[in-house]
Amino acid sequence: MRFPEIENNLKKFRVGIAGAGGLGSNCAASLARTGVGTLVIADFDKVEPLNLSRQYYFIDQVGMLKTIALKENLLRIRPEINIVTHQVKLNRGNIPLIFAGCDVIVEAFDAADMKEMLIETVQMELPGIPIVVGSGMAGWGNTEALRFREIDKTLYVCGDELSEASDDSPALAPRVGIVANMQANAVVEILMKKV
Amino acid sequence: MKIILNNREEEFDREAMTINEMLILKKYSFRMRIIKVNGELIPGEKYDSTIIKDGDKIHMLYLMSGG
Repeated sequence: MRFPEIENNLKKFRVGIAGAGGLGSNCAASLARTGVGTLVIADFDKVEPLNLSRQYYFIDQVGMLKTIALKENLLRIRPEINIVTHQVKLNRGNIPLIFAGCDVIVEAFDAADMKEMLIETVQMELPGIPIVVGSGMAGWGNTEALRFREIDKTLYVCGDELSEASDDSPALAPRVGIVANMQANAVVEILMKKV
Repeated sequence: MKIILNNREEEFDREAMTINEMLILKKYSFRMRIIKVNGELIPGEKYDSTIIKDGDKIHMLYLMSGG
């Protein structure tokens, strides 16, 4: 299949991005380049200098809301993409409203308890919508441990499911970028099966 | 009883157990996880009341901070 046909297939889909940090910003950039039509991006945070170690932002965007900065960057990649932003802290109440109608949801949070809350909410309140999770990507090297698992048709996991990020073992651009792109790759695979 | 845990057969010396009992028997210690029993997600507050029986298919996913 040639790229114009791939683009044409992907443009009718809507993908939710829950969190616009290292996973969400890099995954969104990859999905924009591949041709996904609509991205629904939710985040409440502002770009901080330390975020530039792994997130798809630029030094002149420090202080901006991540949703606004990411939208700006994605439109520079692909002006025809449709970006829906929600400046909100996601919770059990608003997740079903914000991501209803999405074809796939990307779990792109940093904190494990938020990941758990999102997955539980999507699986119980938005049944049938696949969620692609990122879990375990702190540190460097150990590329062979990063893997992809299909648990079932609604739950997919990317990462080593082992390396927990902390102040002394942060998530860094290479492994976060790999996992973010594994998530994007899973999204494209799920969507292309629906074509 | 035998169950399928993350696609692998596991044998336990009992007839049935709750999810929390399985976690203790397997010495699983991570706090953040997702557990599905026969395709159905079981939220954490039901780990004591959900019974696992012979032949059940369990999927477990650990959630690590970072992203």
